[in-house]
Amino acid sequence: MPKDGGIGASTKRREDVRFLTGKGRYTDDINIRGQAYAWFVRSEVAHGTLNKVDVSAAEAMPGVLKVFTAADFAGVGGIPCGWQVTDRFGKPMQEPKHPVLADGKVRHVGDPIAVVVAETLDQARDAAEAVEIDITELTPVLDMKAALQPDSPKVHEELTSNLCYDWGFVEENKAAVDEAFAKAAHVTTLELINNRLVANPMEPRVAVGDYESHSGNSTLYTTSQNPHVIRLLMGAFVLGIPESKLRVVAPDVGGGFGSKIYHYAEEAFVTFAAKTLGVPVKWTSTRSEAFISDAQGRDHVTKIQLALDGDNNFTALRTETYANMGAYLSTFAPSIPTWLHGTLMAGNYRTPLIYVNVKAVFTNTVPVDAYRGAGRPEATFQLERLVDKAARELGVDPVALRRQNFITPDQFPYQTPVAVVYDTGNYHATMDKLLEISDHAGFEARAAESKARGKLRGFGIAHYIEACGIAPSNLVGQLGARAGLYESATVRVNATGSISVFTGSHSHGQGHETSFAQVVAEMIGVDASQIEIVHGDTSNTPMGMGTYGSRSLAVGGSAIVKATNKIINKAKKIAAHLLEASEADIELKDGKFSVAGTDKSVDWTGVTLAAYVPHNYPLESMEPGLEETAFYDPSNFTYPSGAYGCEVEVDPETGKVQILAFSAADDFGNIVNPMIVEGQVQGGLAQGIGQALLENCVYDENGQLLSGSFMDYAMPRADDLPMFKVDHSCCTPCTHNPLGVKGCGEAGAIGSPPAVVNAVIDALHRAGRTDITHIDMPLTPSRVWAAMNA
Amino acid sequence: MRDFQFVKPSSIADAVKALSSEGAVALSGGQTLIPTMKQRLNTPDVLVSLTGIAEMTGVCRGDSGLHIGAATPHATVAAEAGAHYPALACLAAGIGDPAVRSRGTIGGSLANNDPSACYPSAVLGSGAVIVTNARQIAADDYFLGMFSTALEEGEIITEVRFPIPEKAAYVKFDQPASRFALTGVFVAKFASGVRVAITGASNDGVFRWAEAEAALSASFTPDAIEGLSLSGDDMISDLHGTGAYRAHLCKVLTKRAVLAAC
Repeated sequence: MPKDGGIGASTKRREDVRFLTGKGRYTDDINIRGQAYAWFVRSEVAHGTLNKVDVSAAEAMPGVLKVFTAADFAGVGGIPCGWQVTDRFGKPMQEPKHPVLADGKVRHVGDPIAVVVAETLDQARDAAEAVEIDITELTPVLDMKAALQPDSPKVHEELTSNLCYDWGFVEENKAAVDEAFAKAAHVTTLELINNRLVANPMEPRVAVGDYESHSGNSTLYTTSQNPHVIRLLMGAFVLGIPESKLRVVAPDVGGGFGSKIYHYAEEAFVTFAAKTLGVPVKWTSTRSEAFISDAQGRDHVTKIQLALDGDNNFTALRTETYANMGAYLSTFAPSIPTWLHGTLMAGNYRTPLIYVNVKAVFTNTVPVDAYRGAGRPEATFQLERLVDKAARELGVDPVALRRQNFITPDQFPYQTPVAVVYDTGNYHATMDKLLEISDHAGFEARAAESKARGKLRGFGIAHYIEACGIAPSNLVGQLGARAGLYESATVRVNATGSISVFTGSHSHGQGHETSFAQVVAEMIGVDASQIEIVHGDTSNTPMGMGTYGSRSLAVGGSAIVKATNKIINKAKKIAAHLLEASEADIELKDGKFSVAGTDKSVDWTGVTLAAYVPHNYPLESMEPGLEETAFYDPSNFTYPSGAYGCEVEVDPETGKVQILAFSAADDFGNIVNPMIVEGQVQGGLAQGIGQALLENCVYDENGQLLSGSFMDYAMPRADDLPMFKVDHSCCTPCTHNPLGVKGCGEAGAIGSPPAVVNAVIDALHRAGRTDITHIDMPLTPSRVWAAMNA
Repeated sequence: MRDFQFVKPSSIADAVKALSSEGAVALSGGQTLIPTMKQRLNTPDVLVSLTGIAEMTGVCRGDSGLHIGAATPHATVAAEAGAHYPALACLAAGIGDPAVRSRGTIGGSLANNDPSACYPSAVLGSGAVIVTNARQIAADDYFLGMFSTALEEGEIITEVRFPIPEKAAYVKFDQPASRFALTGVFVAKFASGVRVAITGASNDGVFRWAEAEAALSASFTPDAIEGLSLSGDDMISDLHGTGAYRAHLCKVLTKRAVLAAC
């Protein structure tokens, strides 16, 4: 019987009631009496010298309160970067200034130059057209390899070049890796591009700044995945506001996918302007603005090589990647192509020697940072395309080649040559499960049926490893993180037994309000309806690090478990007192405390009431109340893994790829809410398939964004996708967190792109086109047709 | 969007009069005009709505074929034209999404003449007649290139009259993002011969493929055009496909349209 509550139950998402009935309260729903409206004047050129910004005409327009330029921000800090990468020579990365508003130069289309604040939005927009800007255009820096040539123009004059860093990992292994390649029986080489993506959450970014002159308190309402991080970065590094005077609220947030992790100039602006002008200031991004101001994702150019011995064992792997940073360093940008990418290059395999080189490059494009998967999709795509190519070159079954080189279940914990230690996994099991649920055995018959209709059918496999819940804090500190990566929780049991859980995680679609309540309900034995989950407001939640990197249940959930265990321990003491028994004899089951071996018991509310009405209470030895806070800092990442299978049909006349079936066999360890997990996987698959077939962020030779709207940037639609088969019955629980859970939020987006591309290449090879070994994403009809007609 | 005046006349005469005022622009379904106004690329002083004129809406069988009022939305054509002209109903049902089909109109589409719109291919492929407040214009004389038509300033399309072919089909290959026609081919077989009109492909907007028409008039089979090809030199080339790709699609889709024609 499926459970109807607690851990393991597919409880329906309680938050969906408000989302589906239009009762969600998003940042744009927040309107403060007397608020003014900000309109950003943004650069229309990719690279240029900003000679003059004349705001006099604009400031004279009706309703205009002030037009801000860089000069107004002379006294504040720039937008900070939260991670410092050290290069292969031991030097810190080059870190350019990132002013709130462009100062002296513009560096990408969309770079903010001035901001009009007016009484109405239309007035602000009218006045924005009257801001006179004098720019001398400079040659834009767009191609990463050209950007590193000595004669390239520089994005940042204060730096020595456009190179942010040249990172080697593990640098000490480089010579041994090269030696292994020299001895290899076979070397497979693949050059590929991981296409740049625009995150496009359904809700565009919004920021509302408010300032109370009588108290000196500032409040920022913002579309953020991590309000405490924004409070820290903006308060400490940009505006110089102590935490006690700055509240950051991220209410309902309509999707983030990474793009709402970062501290953006618009947040600092509205907070600053509200104080300067003495009125609340609101900014709402248009969709067009989002395309040129939200951090974008991916954009790697890679050459990867695999060395194999005569028995097809992987002996070494090396990669060289150019990673586009865009014009400025977004909050976590430097860590994505390095620590979230290089450390995953072992994949599911026993490859003993690995060397990863990453050159991060500044260009005159929108900044690039984490996007669903963040570094791990790039690693998985390279590796799983490469292994597939190797199998084809060697004439062996791609499944068999993978199996032969998989880390075996008896090898865990497994120390990879790229620093990380996988605690647990069973890749043979997920591969078996995939072949079963995808009816791999029946593929040949289906391929024959397609062929009879003039279509080319192919089957592609990818097996991924992911590292979720980046940690522990002391390690990431050594790697350059300028933040901790723990999570916090306060569990406040109220007098009548209901429970308020204050979490530092942030939900922007993940269903925390449901699944976190299931965890606490299971532990205490009370109904989940008695539990509320509170998040998103720095004024009432403990300092938390927010939600990204598939960390919330593994890290935030563990903090909740830790705090709940403290609650249970104290409640047992109270129960022991009430029952006049020894604490060691108290058992908690189904919300009732009983003395072992007796029929003496007190229920949950009897204990909670005693905690707050402590008439019969051991006041001499224990404080009243029942509220506990815990911080959880994981000892390791969690390592979900899975096998994905994609079945496509290619129309040879048009190059159009149709996905007929997609199966996912994941190992997420223990699962709290199977329905939510399945939803996460389906969403991830849609995004990964979007990257593989549809989405592409394209700049022209002048640095203008060609795919700047949904007319040209193709988001996946329901009819682009098949019905997914999602299975998570393979389970190797995480060994180091109390729930035994791994992350599931990004897996779909990580494992699916190589599965799709492998399937298309398979279809072409089956049709005799063995000359086509790779097509860069997205595999649009025109690209596939061009490859077939080259 | 900037402020503007809005008028909604109930007769063609009143609409023509309203459009004669300074800065007046005709508004039909608004599927192109409204987004450009939101972006401030278009700032009309007066919008003259054409959707409140009874004689400009509806689908009916007339003497010279199927008559469709210019302000008839795509959804109505999709629902009502099928009994008389299935290929046309099918085309209308494939434009945009339900919201677009409920607002967008045939007259608006033809007046705009977007090079990737669907309707121009049906009008040119059928040899339809475009009726305006002032005259009747043959389809062959109407389309003058990308976003360019034979309409005079202030002239309003009031109706489109489609001759009904023996067989016809429209095959659209979607641009993946917008789902406009990356290339779309309308094939219509009349007793007098076959017409082939192609949208989405040419830099000059919708066009007739004369060689294919001749070959298909001789033999209405996909194989009839096997030996033909179009040059991609003057075709649209963008991030969704090169001119050569579009030229290739013209042929593939023409064959498919011949197969599908009923």
